[in-house]
Amino acid sequence: MSQSHISIKNLNVYIGENHILKNINLELPDKKVISLIGPSGCGKTTLLKTMNRLLDRQADVRVEGEVLVDGENIYDPMVEVTHIRKKMGLLSQRPFPLPMNIYDNIAYGQRIHGNTNKKELDALVEKYLRDVNLWDEVKDRLKSPATRLSIGQQQRLCLARGLSVSPEIILGDEPTSALDPISTKHIEELFLQLKDHYTIVLVTHILRQARRVSDYIGFVYMGELVEFGTADQILNHPKEQLTKDYVFGALS
Amino acid sequence: MKKYRLLKDKLLSKAFLTLTLLSILIVVMVGVGLYYKSIPILEKNTLSKLLFSSEWKPFNEQFGFYPYIIGTLWITGIALLIALPLSLLTAIFLSEYAPLRIRKLVIPLIELLSGIPPIIFGVWGVLVVIPLIQDHIAPHFVEFTTGYSVLAGGIVLSIMIFPLLISILMEIFDNVPQELRDASLSLGATKWQTVKKVLLRKSSSGIIAAVVLAVSRAFGETIAVLMVCGNFAQVPHSVFDSCYPLPALIANNYGEMMSIPLYDSALMFTALLLFVIIVLFNTVSRIILFRIEKSTT
Amino acid sequence: MRKIEENIFKVLMVISTLIITSTLFLILYTIFSKGLGSLNWDMVSKIPEGGFYIGKGGGILNAIIGSIYITLGSTLLGLLISIPIVIYINVYATKNSLFTNITRLTFDILFGIPSIVYGAFGFTIMVYMGMKTSLLAGIVTVTLLIIPILVRAIDEAVRVVPEEMGHAVYALGGTRWEAAKIILRQSTAGIVTAILLSFGRAIGDAACVLFTAGFTDSIPTSLNQPAATLPLSIFFQLSSPIPEVQNRAYAATVVLTLIVLVISVAAKVVSKKLSKNKI
Repeated sequence: MSQSHISIKNLNVYIGENHILKNINLELPDKKVISLIGPSGCGKTTLLKTMNRLLDRQADVRVEGEVLVDGENIYDPMVEVTHIRKKMGLLSQRPFPLPMNIYDNIAYGQRIHGNTNKKELDALVEKYLRDVNLWDEVKDRLKSPATRLSIGQQQRLCLARGLSVSPEIILGDEPTSALDPISTKHIEELFLQLKDHYTIVLVTHILRQARRVSDYIGFVYMGELVEFGTADQILNHPKEQLTKDYVFGALS
Repeated sequence: MKKYRLLKDKLLSKAFLTLTLLSILIVVMVGVGLYYKSIPILEKNTLSKLLFSSEWKPFNEQFGFYPYIIGTLWITGIALLIALPLSLLTAIFLSEYAPLRIRKLVIPLIELLSGIPPIIFGVWGVLVVIPLIQDHIAPHFVEFTTGYSVLAGGIVLSIMIFPLLISILMEIFDNVPQELRDASLSLGATKWQTVKKVLLRKSSSGIIAAVVLAVSRAFGETIAVLMVCGNFAQVPHSVFDSCYPLPALIANNYGEMMSIPLYDSALMFTALLLFVIIVLFNTVSRIILFRIEKSTT
Repeated sequence: MRKIEENIFKVLMVISTLIITSTLFLILYTIFSKGLGSLNWDMVSKIPEGGFYIGKGGGILNAIIGSIYITLGSTLLGLLISIPIVIYINVYATKNSLFTNITRLTFDILFGIPSIVYGAFGFTIMVYMGMKTSLLAGIVTVTLLIIPILVRAIDEAVRVVPEEMGHAVYALGGTRWEAAKIILRQSTAGIVTAILLSFGRAIGDAACVLFTAGFTDSIPTSLNQPAATLPLSIFFQLSSPIPEVQNRAYAATVVLTLIVLVISVAAKVVSKKLSKNKI
């Protein structure tokens, strides 16, 4: 097992009166694809949002425990939250291109962090669009609005945008749930390519997708991490009864 | 560079918060300002004397607001009498019965109606409503009227509150979950029975809130009413009598305000009266509407 | 039996809808038929000449320009105040907190306060500060009137923006201010509609400017001079016993109505057009 990129220790999350995440302990290895599976509403997305502190934006949230990224506890009060978030790229369920053209979407991240050198931006925009296999499709219309792209292209655009701030980790919240099968395939292939350079954490409720892309899988049920292991272990030889029930179809 | 961004964000946050807090204080400031200006008249007259007496003798420092208050109530009452049934029926029609095409046609027209400035309603009132009352309606009922009357004010006002009532009513009806209607229909009830027994009952508090808002709108309408009500301070005995609602009192006399002692204080007191009533009505109504919205999301 | 009741009400409903929609047309018809005849180029291009109010020459340019000045000034000032407020309650403050709810309630209340009360309040401020009736006083008072309109309408537009849009910015390491800029960009259609809406309200209001902007036959050249407004121009001319002057009032009414109609239609068109580019 390679060294952990993200270490979650005794994480408990409360939203209002509800105890959403219970005593999560998780080690996420570096430069691998890790899928979090489990039925809807069991806390997978909350767990994901804890990792880049996007959860802070919600009302009435209490977080106990530690989330260590490269050894640093991101919930330490001294830590600067925008710095943390920059380390992680986020892909949402539906693509949310910013209200600007394709070029500006990718350049946005760089620009807000102070890079306005046109030559550099041109090169970076091209690089990231190539990284997501979108360059050939859009190179002639970089200045047209991003909303004109197909939904699959928009999702790839959002991925490129997320990569533009050089994160180390990519977080995906059911990133293909709004896409057609072909676009889904594109995104999944991208994840397999990108894992050489990034640690990828995905939330998915499609078992087959988890099977296709993951190196490691964590099964989350009712706010608890029931089991965590390699993809092969979880999908083929699960140890816990609950995991067995879910993976082999008894739970939904 | 990074420090600057974060600092900017923090500063803007503080600045915006300050602006927001100050704006909220406007309500308080208006109330306090008007009260402050009303103090002189309150010192010379008790509140009950102001509200219930009809003696209006500025030079004697006597200000009885009773006729004005009654005038306001009369025209608001007439306006509501006309507008409520019509708005209710229209809102039910648009919300429950009308096909999409008709909704798309009618709703923008109603919005257009709401955008028309009060002065234009006033002009229309003078051109159409007054002659209508004087020549066609009143002769059946009374000996003589100039047409400038409670009824005229009520009619003009009712048209002005249609859009408000309709839009709030439709919002309330939208808040009633479709499942409730379905449940009623699947028990064999007709659409109308569903509307009567389910929709209206469920929306009753919302309807009250809508009416309260419409009333407070009617209380405060100045120009349109002023042009058609006759501006004669008396307690009206019929809808064909002239009246003199509170806002008209303020608007008509601002010129004399400064020359007669205590007059300005009296007018500010009028404004204060309106302010207190309207703020009260609005607060209650909005809280009710907010609760309704919250309970269905 | 229930069928009969249902049908009666169905008929009543259609009738009342017809009544309500036809009042719009009735009003427009009356205004235009009465006023169009007296409308001529002189009316909109000249200020009142001597004796205007007893029937001699001139036009209502003073009122048109005065109204435009006041409306533009107050809309600008209003935006400067309301946009930060909307940003604060949607981006900086915690959503659905007591603070944001009370803020929204307050603006709903301010929205319901009639313009005469704002006018009276504006007047007391004016007197307190030793100002005379002027363009500035008019602008400030009308600004008070339209701030709640702007806040409510822009808030509606901003609330519709999905929160993931903001998340995307935060995920890139952006600050709340940067997220706010993106959200505003996304709600441009709604913001433009809000501006047009408040513009229409501001230009047609008489009670607010009655005490504060005064009235004059000339076009103000500084903020301290009084300003004429269309609604007051109509009002004063209508009270005249001379038929020519009354007719001019009707013409002025047509002018105001046209302006308001154009604004309303423009608002509809803009909101349709710009929302086509949304997600």
